[in-house]
Amino acid sequence: MPPVIEPAERHTLSMLVDNEPGVLARIVGLFSGRGYNIDSLTVSEVSHASHLSRITVVTTGAPPIIEQIKSQLDRLVPVHRVVDLTVVGKAVERELALIKVRGKGELRQEALLIADSFRARTVDTTLESFVFEITGKPEKIDQFVSLLEPLGLVEVSRTGVAAIGRGAEGM
Amino acid sequence: MMREMTGAEMVMQALIDQGVEHMFGYPGGAVLPIYDAMFHQNQVKHILVRHEQGAVHMAEGYARSSGKVGVVLVTSGPGATNAVTGLTDALLDSIPLVCITGQVPTHLIGSDAFQECDTVGITRPCTKHNYLVRDINDLARVMHEAFYVAQNGRPGPVVVDIPKDVQFAKGMYVGPENIQHRTYQPRLKGDPEKIKTAVEMLAKARRPILYTGGGVINSGPEASRLLREFARLSGYPVTSTLMGLGAFPASDRQWLGMLGMHGTYEANMAMHDCDVMVCIGARFDDRITGRLDAFSPDSKKIHIDIDPSSINKNVKVDLPIIGDVKHVLEDMLTVWRGMKAEPDRRALAGWWSQIDKWRARKSLAFTTSDRIIKPQQAVKALYDQVKDKDVYITTEVGQHQMWAAQHFHFEQPNRWMTSGGLGTMGYGLPAAIGVQVAHPDSLVIDIAGEASIQMCLQEMSTALQFDLPVKIFVLNNEYMGMVRQWQDLLHGGRYSHSYSESLPDFVKLAEAYGGVGIRCSNPADLDGAIHEMINVNRPVLFDCLVDKTENVLPMIPSGKPHNEMIMPDHPEALDDAIDEEGKMLV
Ligand SMILES: Cc1cc2nc3c(=O)[nH]c(=O)nc-3n(C[C@H](O)[C@H](O)[C@H](O)COP(=O)(O)OP(=O)(O)OC[C@H]3O[C@@H](n4cnc5c(N)ncnc54)[C@H](O)[C@@H]3O)c2cc1C
Ligand SMILES: Cc1ncc(C[n+]2csc(CCOP(=O)(O)OP(=O)(O)O)c2C)c(N)n1
Ligand SMILES: [Mg+2]
Repeated sequence: MPPVIEPAERHTLSMLVDNEPGVLARIVGLFSGRGYNIDSLTVSEVSHASHLSRITVVTTGAPPIIEQIKSQLDRLVPVHRVVDLTVVGKAVERELALIKVRGKGELRQEALLIADSFRARTVDTTLESFVFEITGKPEKIDQFVSLLEPLGLVEVSRTGVAAIGRGAEGM
Repeated sequence: MMREMTGAEMVMQALIDQGVEHMFGYPGGAVLPIYDAMFHQNQVKHILVRHEQGAVHMAEGYARSSGKVGVVLVTSGPGATNAVTGLTDALLDSIPLVCITGQVPTHLIGSDAFQECDTVGITRPCTKHNYLVRDINDLARVMHEAFYVAQNGRPGPVVVDIPKDVQFAKGMYVGPENIQHRTYQPRLKGDPEKIKTAVEMLAKARRPILYTGGGVINSGPEASRLLREFARLSGYPVTSTLMGLGAFPASDRQWLGMLGMHGTYEANMAMHDCDVMVCIGARFDDRITGRLDAFSPDSKKIHIDIDPSSINKNVKVDLPIIGDVKHVLEDMLTVWRGMKAEPDRRALAGWWSQIDKWRARKSLAFTTSDRIIKPQQAVKALYDQVKDKDVYITTEVGQHQMWAAQHFHFEQPNRWMTSGGLGTMGYGLPAAIGVQVAHPDSLVIDIAGEASIQMCLQEMSTALQFDLPVKIFVLNNEYMGMVRQWQDLLHGGRYSHSYSESLPDFVKLAEAYGGVGIRCSNPADLDGAIHEMINVNRPVLFDCLVDKTENVLPMIPSGKPHNEMIMPDHPEALDDAIDEEGKMLV
């Protein structure tokens, strides 16, 4: 009899790490080596003075797996702190996407209307194409992309989720 | 202390400042500057090995038997890749090591230069941490940090990869005094509330058990002392994993023997039936738990571990306590005494009488013969002759390793060195050499198999060169016995490639190296031959010809719960003990 399988959940983990060569490789290697999922990953320096980067990983797994992932990340030597934003409470999660559509006439009009209703900005225009910039929760971007699909969608570039806890406290 | 010196000199100075007395290594182009710096000092003694894997296992044996950090020095490329097995072994068994590897000069990195390999890339998953030092100004700090990371928290191997130009470059050396690690600060003290809850749970227990492991050894001899004190105070039974043997004295009445796949019946039954289990520095390995959903089904579980990722990894526990064994046991004892805790003596007496019934099954029993040496009998005969001596035991991997664990009994921690997590054949001889370096006047014996011993046998030459009189006691069954046993279990006794064909003449081989060879096949000669072995002050290879058909029992077949053990009085149960699902497991 296999052990009881708990349903997978989607969690957003945020961590502060030393901004040094190889740190990202350690983190990505941990996920691939131990067979964990990465749904999205963002990384950027957040403090030049103290050499810190912030990494946000969105992952899915059963609760005990998520707990393992957090402990495993926490024990990497260059990792300062790991917070499971999904457990702490509702976090602000945002993603930015750049989306290119190509089309003429009615399709072009339709794309502009949809972009407008999603509060996307037009950042590049030619006679037969647009590039839109949109920010929001990943689901909102998913929806935007799927609406543009029949209207000449060419390509999508997404940043992955950046997240931060609500309220006055920092991580 | 700030002083200008070359990178190579910094490496040696850092080792000296870290109190290193011995290191194990093998030279090559990319570490020649360090070998040159070594030439100019005589504080750190270098043991020249014959293969880099041997160097790492020696450092492991040295570290495990002395509580110090083991130090290894190897060259780039093949030197580094040869060290990988040892590093992985040390990672899985939580052994503190610092391994210095040479690297091609920084400007050639990435160009497939001669003897270049991506050492930090290759060793990332098999070290606790690793560094590539590109700047001379980081070197001294990184060296000290490496020692700090290797031995603090859950110990493990650390690699410091140093390009050759950095070894020649000059910079300011900083001593270890002012090195404080920014991020890595493992927690030693357990949460006081949880410790209190743990003591309350334990005091109320009716069928308690202490399940101890390698973490007690890692925590230092004081942890073993506190474990004994807690056991005495409470009167509770104690079992241990393979890695924890010696933390609790085997001669104690409260000792149940090792648990797990080849553990005793009483230890496994007590684990299965207990109502409160405290796991102290062990990690619920699959050799211990057997079938997970049937593992100790009715118990509350307390887990003391310094590594949060060990908690709830395999088994969900009710009360995790993150901290060092010594600190947590110390606090538990204080709370226990403060509460004037009194265990339920009647319940406990009942529990002990149940345990005594399980003990009476004599799960480690074996038959002896006067025609052929039984391997268990060989271990017992060895034990009987050396138990009162200052003795350290290492092993290779296989059946002989399990018989050593079952029939050699330990009273003290740090006396038993074995490759548990990775199960590395070839570990035992170099590990014994490392132990002998740390304890030159002690008796050091590698209990070996004829297949395993051939994996690092070249280190005989190291033993001879450095006058290290290790004893290799080979239980020669002419089979990769552990493989043969599993072929019995899973593959209808089809012994595909598990026969040790074309064995060398071990006696001549020992003599060829300049050591002593002894052969024994007759039970009547065994004691005399062992006596001869332990009284020679030179390396000995003892070829003990044993029964070729013996299997290790008792055994919990993979995929089975603790209360379905195969016992020596019904060995025929081995034949179809494992179902389809269990076959997938190793
Ligand atoms: C052929 C073969 C058969 C085997 N059969 C068995 C068997 O029958 N029974 C058996 O027991 N094993 C057996 N093993 C060994 C098994 O594979 C594991 O290596 C072993 O069980 C792990 O021991 P452990 O749980 O004590 O953990 P270790 O690997 O020793 O880990 C120690 C744990 O303690 C923690 N720790 C470390 N330092 C501290 C500290 N200072 N304070 C607190 N916690 C700390 C660590 O984080 C870790 O969780 C076998 C191995 C082989 C090769
Ligand atoms: C490096 C390595 N390769 C393969 C194995 C798989 N293995 C485990 S035990 C064993 C046989 C060991 O034979 P021997 O040393 O003669 O010991 P015995 O079991 O006969 O006592 C093998 C091949 C291993 N553990 N390590
Ligand atoms: Mg054999």
